Amino acid sequence: MKIIGSSPDRVDAFDKVTGKAKYTSDLLPPHALEAKVLHSTIANGWVREFDLSEAWKVEGVVDIVTCFDVPDIQYPTAGHPWSNVPAKQDISDRKLLNTRVRCYSDDIAAVIAETELAAIEAVRKIKVVYEELPVILDVKESLANTAFPLHEERPDNIVNKTSYEIGDFEEAIKEKGLTRISGTYDCPVVSHCHIEPANSFAYKEAGKIVIVSGTQIPHLVRRMVGQALGVEWGKIRVIKPYLGGGFGNRQDALTEPLNAYLTTRVGGRPVRLAYTREETFECTRTRHAMTFDLTTYVRKDGSFAARELTVYSNQGGYASHGHALAANAANAFRMMYPVGAIRGKAITAYTNMPTAGAMRAYGIPQVAFALESHIDDISKETGLDPLLLRTKNMMRLGYVDGPTTITCHSTGLAECIEKGEEHLDYSRKRLAYADQSGPIRRGVGMAIFCYKTGVYPISLETSAVRMILNQDGSMQVQVGATEIGQGADTVWVMMTAETVGVTLDKVHLVSKQDTDVTPYDTGAYGSRQTYVSGMAVKKTAESMKRKILEYAALMTNKDPMDLDIVDNKIVRKNTDIVLITVKDVAMESCYSLTNSNHIAVEETHHCSDNTYAFGVCFTEIEVDIPLCQIKILDIINVHDSGRIINQTTARGQVHGGMSMGLGYGLYEYHKFDPKTGRMLNGNLLDYKLMTPLDTPTLHAAFVETDDPTGPYGNKSLGEPPTIPIAPAIRNAVLNATGVSINSNPLHPERLFDSFVEAGLIKQRSEHV
Amino acid sequence: MYNRSVTCTVNGKKRTFMIDVRSSLSDMLRGEAGLDSIKHGCDVGECGACTVLIDGKPFNSCIYLAVWAEGKTILTLEGLSTTQGTISDIQQAFIDEGAVQCGFCTPGFIMASIPIIESDIPASRDEIKRQIAGNLCRCTGYEHIVDAIEKTQKKRIAERTR
Repeated sequence: MKIIGSSPDRVDAFDKVTGKAKYTSDLLPPHALEAKVLHSTIANGWVREFDLSEAWKVEGVVDIVTCFDVPDIQYPTAGHPWSNVPAKQDISDRKLLNTRVRCYSDDIAAVIAETELAAIEAVRKIKVVYEELPVILDVKESLANTAFPLHEERPDNIVNKTSYEIGDFEEAIKEKGLTRISGTYDCPVVSHCHIEPANSFAYKEAGKIVIVSGTQIPHLVRRMVGQALGVEWGKIRVIKPYLGGGFGNRQDALTEPLNAYLTTRVGGRPVRLAYTREETFECTRTRHAMTFDLTTYVRKDGSFAARELTVYSNQGGYASHGHALAANAANAFRMMYPVGAIRGKAITAYTNMPTAGAMRAYGIPQVAFALESHIDDISKETGLDPLLLRTKNMMRLGYVDGPTTITCHSTGLAECIEKGEEHLDYSRKRLAYADQSGPIRRGVGMAIFCYKTGVYPISLETSAVRMILNQDGSMQVQVGATEIGQGADTVWVMMTAETVGVTLDKVHLVSKQDTDVTPYDTGAYGSRQTYVSGMAVKKTAESMKRKILEYAALMTNKDPMDLDIVDNKIVRKNTDIVLITVKDVAMESCYSLTNSNHIAVEETHHCSDNTYAFGVCFTEIEVDIPLCQIKILDIINVHDSGRIINQTTARGQVHGGMSMGLGYGLYEYHKFDPKTGRMLNGNLLDYKLMTPLDTPTLHAAFVETDDPTGPYGNKSLGEPPTIPIAPAIRNAVLNATGVSINSNPLHPERLFDSFVEAGLIKQRSEHV
Repeated sequence: MYNRSVTCTVNGKKRTFMIDVRSSLSDMLRGEAGLDSIKHGCDVGECGACTVLIDGKPFNSCIYLAVWAEGKTILTLEGLSTTQGTISDIQQAFIDEGAVQCGFCTPGFIMASIPIIESDIPASRDEIKRQIAGNLCRCTGYEHIVDAIEKTQKKRIAERTR
């Protein structure tokens, strides 16, 4: 392969460094109306009445809509492919505006005005009478306290629960000589923090509602807007321009359904619904807080005889992606170390927290924090080497996961571990750092993970691509999945050029999706785009090549089987003999007076396979015990994501994922007022995002395998880099201090409490 | 509401704008001058996506009142390219080093890097990070952004000392 594996520039880089790339707000029509949402100031209860009199007096107000006005339709928001099987459909549990309030800042009314200021002012002047219920923020409290269920369809507050058992757990633990280790691990609510806040605008044109939004899932948003408004899906059109980051938050219908409804209230005039940064924190989606109870029965040789997991997942007020994340976490617990008897139980419950949804790696950062911390706790209890515990029990080539049938078609995990170990000199340092004293101590830690690629067989995996040959021998490519910053457009161009046999400059990818014209694809999520959409690109490119060669064969009186395309030229196969060019074929096929045949292809690839990507993080840290601070001295991620399509963009994905993982491990979490359920740090000043100064040098390395199921040997890469960081840091703190900290992030307050408890520092005993 | 005019030099041209006195500089430049490279990520000076140079220094234009721009010289990302569309070395470095992902923070980062690359004092990677610490990126982990700035600064210093 000539192009796959090289590092051409991103196809969108020029427009992005010159300010030419258009994002949603750059496309806003002049004189669009501005909408603002009134969010509830209670977290649980009902809206009983509004007083709109003062709000209507604000100059410029065009319309005010309340939860008593919107269609009586409940709709889902999760960016999952729809299922024709009702039991598998996403939960429809919210209306465009809600009378029954389930979380603080729930959407209860909206104002449309001539200006943003007028809309803001009018929203502030709406008076609301609520009937309040006690606020429930904790999962176990929600399960125990069902007097007023959040959703009447689910009287026990349970979104869903699932369980599995591999082998006979009770029998397995009877084995003599086992050591039992158990622990409870907690992961907090965090936010995606894409730098472009959630925003959209909508208008009516040609009898359709058009919504312009930087969504990861334009075709799914079209369906969900149709469901929410009770409008036929063909009358909805979603246009997706460039977007300023997604990370899973935009794998949900966010502002789009209400925005679509609002334009219908004003005769189809353009209406913008742009969330502020604060609304983007409080009123979109978060990463699920999860609590894990883990138990392992380990033999003296380090092999696992039996393991057990229970995970409690905090859904917040609305189902969004719901139980899928806890189920994914529970599955990964099984897959990572698929030995001995394993049983798992996962429960997702509604609470009055903000709604949790998809976020980079979909439940796996949570379970990886718990599981990889637990492995080092097993090491601490038994004295067994943490590397040995992992290598002895981890997934091997050929493994088939029983419940999902997902098969390990390729693995470079052992080599990833070797490479990381070599970079850090982990084993030697781990022993050297084991018994330190003094205030400043060093430690090393590591963690591994596996990550499936896309969502098969849990959900549908389908992708369609269109290619059209231009007269100059170049081609348009349209992919239904979206560029969200991850570099998907660039790899699709590379794949097309590689497979058709043309140079990169001959491939023009249409970055913008428009559901009226773009082929169907479910969108950007699950690290599926190079794998699933990549399969569709490859299939379509092969058809394009076949069609070009068939026409070339007519022009040259040759058998198409004897022809090939190399660097934009039609050659005799396996020779340098140039017969004609792709441009000659394009011109003739377009303008021939006897055989005009516009060369265009569209193919759907229905993917029915999956494969595991793997990786490791190794880190060395310094802990300042009195100051309760962690300094990262060295950190490396090594990934097996199969064949790397573009080296530069792949490294960029790893760096970005590591940065997000560092935040998850060290700083990021949301604080809530326990009485009201209000998020206390929903802004970029109080929510500690990694800045350039906080970020150590990030090392990214790959072990390239050739996965037989990937279109070019590739496997998932977008989400995985964020997974192993937090547990690696936590394990390094354990190595440095001997203290197991079972909640992330490891911010100074938490370190302080943990070190006081461990007797490493003395709490001031007397307060004057 | 109270309007007044503001005269300033924007990307080399003297311009006069009639604006609502409550407008931010970012609103004026986006709304009245069509300079869409200025991005709104937070509107309160936390993220740096709206960074422009005012008399050579980087500012968050979202919290800089438009009226304060009277008589000032303002440079935005659009001003880095020539009229014919040739881009500057720092823009090219962002392309070459893979410093661009979603691109929403990119204009702000490029503008924040101008004082660094124009300085004669070589900046270490840590110093570069300190100088761009007011800009947030969620995609890149900053590694390739620092690469692009470091490479451009080295190139500029080499050119000046030649």
